[in-house]
Amino acid sequence: MWPFELEFMQRALVAGLAIGIAAPLVGTFLVQRNMALFGDGIGHAAFAGVGAGLLLDVWPVWSALVVAACGAVVVEWLRSHGRATSDLALALVFYSGLAAGSVMIGKSGSSQIGGDRYLFGSILTASWSDVRTVVALAAAIIVTVAIAGRALFAVVLDEESARVNGLPVDRLNLVLAALTAVTVVAAIDVVGTLLIAALMVLPVASSRLIARSFRATLVGAALVGALSVTSGLTVARRFDLAPGGTIVLCASAVFLVAIATRGVRLPPAAAEHTHEH
Amino acid sequence: MNDNVVLDVNRVGFSYGHHRVLHDVSFSLRAGEFGALVGPNGSGKSTLLRLLMGLLRPQAGSITILGTEPRALRDRWRIGYVPQRPALTGDLPATVEEVVRVGRLARRGWWRFANASDRDAVDHALEAVRLADLRHRLVAELSGGQQQRVMIAKALAGEPELLVLDEPIAGVDREAQQQFRDSVVHLVAHHGASVLLVSHELGAVADDLDRVIVLRGGVVFDGAPDDLTAQGVHLGIHQDDLPRWLEDLEPSNGDDH
Ligand SMILES: Nc1ncnc2c1ncn2[C@@H]1O[C@H](COP(=O)(O)OP(=O)(O)O)[C@@H](O)[C@H]1O
Ligand SMILES: [Mg+2]
Repeated sequence: MWPFELEFMQRALVAGLAIGIAAPLVGTFLVQRNMALFGDGIGHAAFAGVGAGLLLDVWPVWSALVVAACGAVVVEWLRSHGRATSDLALALVFYSGLAAGSVMIGKSGSSQIGGDRYLFGSILTASWSDVRTVVALAAAIIVTVAIAGRALFAVVLDEESARVNGLPVDRLNLVLAALTAVTVVAAIDVVGTLLIAALMVLPVASSRLIARSFRATLVGAALVGALSVTSGLTVARRFDLAPGGTIVLCASAVFLVAIATRGVRLPPAAAEHTHEH
Repeated sequence: MNDNVVLDVNRVGFSYGHHRVLHDVSFSLRAGEFGALVGPNGSGKSTLLRLLMGLLRPQAGSITILGTEPRALRDRWRIGYVPQRPALTGDLPATVEEVVRVGRLARRGWWRFANASDRDAVDHALEAVRLADLRHRLVAELSGGQQQRVMIAKALAGEPELLVLDEPIAGVDREAQQQFRDSVVHLVAHHGASVLLVSHELGAVADDLDRVIVLRGGVVFDGAPDDLTAQGVHLGIHQDDLPRWLEDLEPSNGDDH
């Protein structure tokens, strides 16, 4: 049975593929900087933004974008200034974001279902205009990665050398934070604010097991993301499952298969990571 | 100041808290010179380089690099810097060529795509350190010595006017040292660059040096390698006079006030 016969499934597929490709591109840089949970933290902040939007009666995508971007900048500032360990900074954003979101959505009078829709996505009810927004945001992400990717790679490789070299490291870190915020917001309708981080990270984990270059890691992660979305939507349609969750489960399944076929690449000796002083 | 001077360190002092590392350090390096900065472990060599790169600020004295104060230098690609034990994330899935290309970014503008001259410079750098055959290999799979050469090639790819290397040959085998020597000599001879090499042994490069600066708190020797030899310290590849001589030196940490 061809699962994408009906128009609502075609809309879901278009929006899903856009996110499935864009999210792992951003995730590749986050994973490489040991910031895999960063996307998750920003997702929670975005949920508070949705709540604020519903409460203030503005388009939730805009309010989520504003709050997610502010959250991303704050967490990045805390990280780069060593004011709080990333763990604590993220925990603060996680819990206060989630709490603020649920309080504001409750206050706005939207039903509990309204809250779930932003937490776990509602891809099957997206309109063509929602899909256009998702595709436009995803396109912006892909173009930005295409342009700034080489410089972001330099920062990932060695932040201090990049700085000595004269690359605008602080601005590039902000670009990465902004990309994360935009990815989260673009994905609200597809997998929701709680599951987006999975779509940023899991395809990268799979791709890294197999890829033989950084570029191949990026491309592979985007392919795995697209594959997860397509198979997830197919399975969800066939068995009448929640699409957001099924997409993420498919990404996990790909990862397990990748591990099983490739074997776990062991982390290198801790000594190689230690700094000179 | 003489236009030919690419690096001028003038009475620089630096302490970490109460721990004084550098005291009244002065020396300079001219264009096209190949200088070595040597000293025992903990004598402040890496600290001095971090001062030169603008990563730290001197607490006394001044530094002029390529005609300006380190933090004010705009065209930063003019300096190539290879830090001590470069922090290569072990699980980074990147090829040798991808890493070396990074060295070219700042020079051409990070938002621009590579053109033919960028690709030539990368090829050239890879050949200089004899890694052309391994260009598509993952950096994480190379030996320590090969990884060092990747980082040197990355610095060479920017075709810097001043190349500063922090212990690039420590713990690297004889053959790798020889290859390193060839690439640095090539840079000096064919590109007119200046090189400041930090090391506590000079081995393979001893014969090519124009200058040796010995650091121990302050500068305790600054001159031609021959002058050091005249003091009975031999630098050649089969000699280990230098480490022993450094051990024997009286501490000159400037605690003389
Ligand atoms: N970040 C730091 N904080 C405090 N002390 C430091 C720091 N870095 C180096 N030191 C100390 O300064 C001295 C010089 O270190 P360094 O410049 O690395 O010497 P070298 O490179 O010659 O071995 C050493 O005693 C070292 O312990
Ligand atoms: Mg050192």
